[in-house]
Amino acid sequence: MIFQHDIVIVGAGLAGLRAAVEVADQANVAVVSKVFPTRSHSGVAQGGITAPLGNEEEDRWEWYFFDTVKGGDYLGDQDAIEIMIRDAPRAIYELEHMGVPFSRTPEGRIAQRNFGGHTRDFGKRPVKRACYAADHTGRVVLDTLFDQCLRRQVRFYSEHYVLSLLFEDGRCLGVVTYDLATGELHLLQAKAVLLATGGCGKIYRTTSNSGSTTGEIFSLVYQLGIPLEDMEFIQFHPTGLYPLGILVSEAARGEGGILRNGLGERFMERYAPTVKDLAARDVVSRAILTEVREKRGISGKDYVHLDLTHLGEEKISEKLWEIASFVRIYLGIDPVYDPIPVQPTCHYIMGGIPTTVDGRVLFDEKGSIVHGLYAAGECACVSVHGANRLGCNSLLDLLVFGRRSGMAMKEEVQHLEPPSISIDPLKAMSEKMTRLLNQKGKEKISPIRQRMQSVMMDYGSVFRNEGGLKRGIEELRVLKERYKEIEVFDKGNHFNFELMEAIELGHQLELSEVILFSALHRRESRGAHFREDFPTRADRYYLKHTLVYRTPKGPEVKCKPVKITRFQPEVRVY
Amino acid sequence: MLVKLKIFRFDPKKDENPYYQNFEVETDPLDRILDCLNRIRWEQDPTLSFRWSCGHGVCGSDGMRINGICGLPCQKLLRNFKEEILIEPLPVFKVVKDLIVDLGPFFEKYHSIKPYLIVKTPPPDQERIQLPAEQRLFEEAIRCILCACCTASCPVNQRKETEAYVGPAALVRAFRYLFDSRDEASNERMGLLDQKDGAWGCQTLWKCTEVCPKEIPVTKQIGQIKKRIYEAKHKE
Repeated sequence: MIFQHDIVIVGAGLAGLRAAVEVADQANVAVVSKVFPTRSHSGVAQGGITAPLGNEEEDRWEWYFFDTVKGGDYLGDQDAIEIMIRDAPRAIYELEHMGVPFSRTPEGRIAQRNFGGHTRDFGKRPVKRACYAADHTGRVVLDTLFDQCLRRQVRFYSEHYVLSLLFEDGRCLGVVTYDLATGELHLLQAKAVLLATGGCGKIYRTTSNSGSTTGEIFSLVYQLGIPLEDMEFIQFHPTGLYPLGILVSEAARGEGGILRNGLGERFMERYAPTVKDLAARDVVSRAILTEVREKRGISGKDYVHLDLTHLGEEKISEKLWEIASFVRIYLGIDPVYDPIPVQPTCHYIMGGIPTTVDGRVLFDEKGSIVHGLYAAGECACVSVHGANRLGCNSLLDLLVFGRRSGMAMKEEVQHLEPPSISIDPLKAMSEKMTRLLNQKGKEKISPIRQRMQSVMMDYGSVFRNEGGLKRGIEELRVLKERYKEIEVFDKGNHFNFELMEAIELGHQLELSEVILFSALHRRESRGAHFREDFPTRADRYYLKHTLVYRTPKGPEVKCKPVKITRFQPEVRVY
Repeated sequence: MLVKLKIFRFDPKKDENPYYQNFEVETDPLDRILDCLNRIRWEQDPTLSFRWSCGHGVCGSDGMRINGICGLPCQKLLRNFKEEILIEPLPVFKVVKDLIVDLGPFFEKYHSIKPYLIVKTPPPDQERIQLPAEQRLFEEAIRCILCACCTASCPVNQRKETEAYVGPAALVRAFRYLFDSRDEASNERMGLLDQKDGAWGCQTLWKCTEVCPKEIPVTKQIGQIKKRIYEAKHKE
């Protein structure tokens, strides 16, 4: 079937829903989501959203600006960062007005807590800047935005997968979706399409990401000839619960939690003398893995301890209820009395689809715009997070740029006629699906996916080197050949998850290669990208963004400059 | 360890009637039941259908009945199960396929109680003031992940004669807004809830509270709604 809308938003996380709320009163908007909207991965976020409100202690936007620039190891575009920082108070107050149930100070203002990398006086000591709702901030913001969408009668295509983006004459005209419940293909025509599909953690074996966070949209965009930016920068959150990898929020350290090695030592004192356990996440993850490599893990194993035992039962049950619940359920221990086993887990991708500060997708390093296509949230690269994202900056990014994208789309669609599409994309897609369902092969999906996840974990995670990256790329190429021989056994058209996973896997293999290729190209260490063979930062050669393009010969790298307005790059120590 | 599962299967497009299928999976005691279900899908029978996403009890996708009790398989570790594990879809809702149910009616009921803040006075420039004690009143209710385990376990919802009862999940959300000091629509909300199928549909049977994966005191909160309605009506 064919549906007409003014605006189609792909992804019902915070960026997508904030954009929907922005446009719903003035445009016919539809949100497409592969899961029911409240199941979106944004709901898993725990720690908070930052804004320099100064509700608990003095704070200034200039300090926050500096922290974000430094946190990103000077790769973030400072004009975009400034926009985000200055919009932060408005974004928080707006959320509160919509009804988000923030935790409160004794005076009744929005409470704020410490968080990694957020400091006062340009790095002197930690500052309480993260606004929070206990340790389920993502949950309550997602629920509030979803409820606002319900109120505005936003149309949802729930449990629909986007299979392709439709382009004609260089303009995006809509999306082709697969309805999981019926197996039907639909064409959603639109004057503007916003991609807000989140990250790609599931390409790694150990990740905090949900099962739906598979990252196929990156590959879809890349295959259209649009470059992907800074894909080598993938954040490993230091404290994933061992061994599952589920998130134990930085909030635990914000409330006073301490990391300890097998000797009981607070090892972060050595790696980040000033802010210790509240250093930027890449610094902490490397510290943990270095301790493990040097045989100082707990009982010599590959994890360390997050110690909350000095915080007291009241504080834990009031501010860290969800974390305490996970720890009890999955490990059978009580964080009030026992330290928590943690290890780094794949958490966030700083890179993504390059955009302007209004969410318009760019198709080259000169700033040319892809008409009709927008991106916001984790899947976009504005870039505000540079080489490493500070905690709580993601939720702010989603709200600020989700809204800005909404405003830009609303403005653009007013002047546009409904698109007319001359080709029949549904027929072509239907034939592709039939071919995939009917092909006979000797390979199953799951072993290929598992091998890909291991390759990424071994060669593309916290510590990288040339030999490993090249080996990884080679292995991925072999897996891509094996992928051509897969067989889909479920031939049904009714909740056929296997078919969807087969399609996702093809995209994930493409995406994985782009990531390792980007990492190979960047011969320096910066933020979350650490090369054992090039362990220092090399601003002279690499103070620039990586853009990877798809060409007939394979991936090709071009670069574009970083926008530096206020803070010149300095040595980054915590 | 070897785990045995007996799983409800039904594809209305293919099957005349539901049936149960036996599976065996080799796993680790620290694995979740969800891991078993995924291994079955990936290694044995890819047609087994169920919803899941976060895998750790935050998104609410995977509500189902495990050994007769509604819960989330992502929160259940295999080491706590000795015999064969029986896996069935949530009761109350129509089965769409295998362990997937139609939650349309559940979300309609949720929508019917106006799950959003209603204010008439214009907001201040900054945040509205809300004291910690005021926020704590509804703090537990905001943990709700809309997994539907409570509504599926409720004997009132399970009985055909009383299936129009709005259900515990909708009431938890209604409670969250009714007891939020910033909301300005108490009368309107109480009007919606003061119905035979609203708050008064609750028969204080406690099943919801027993199964809630987020430990929300559901029955107590519904009781507080009833008390609030009663007090408002009997002000003099």
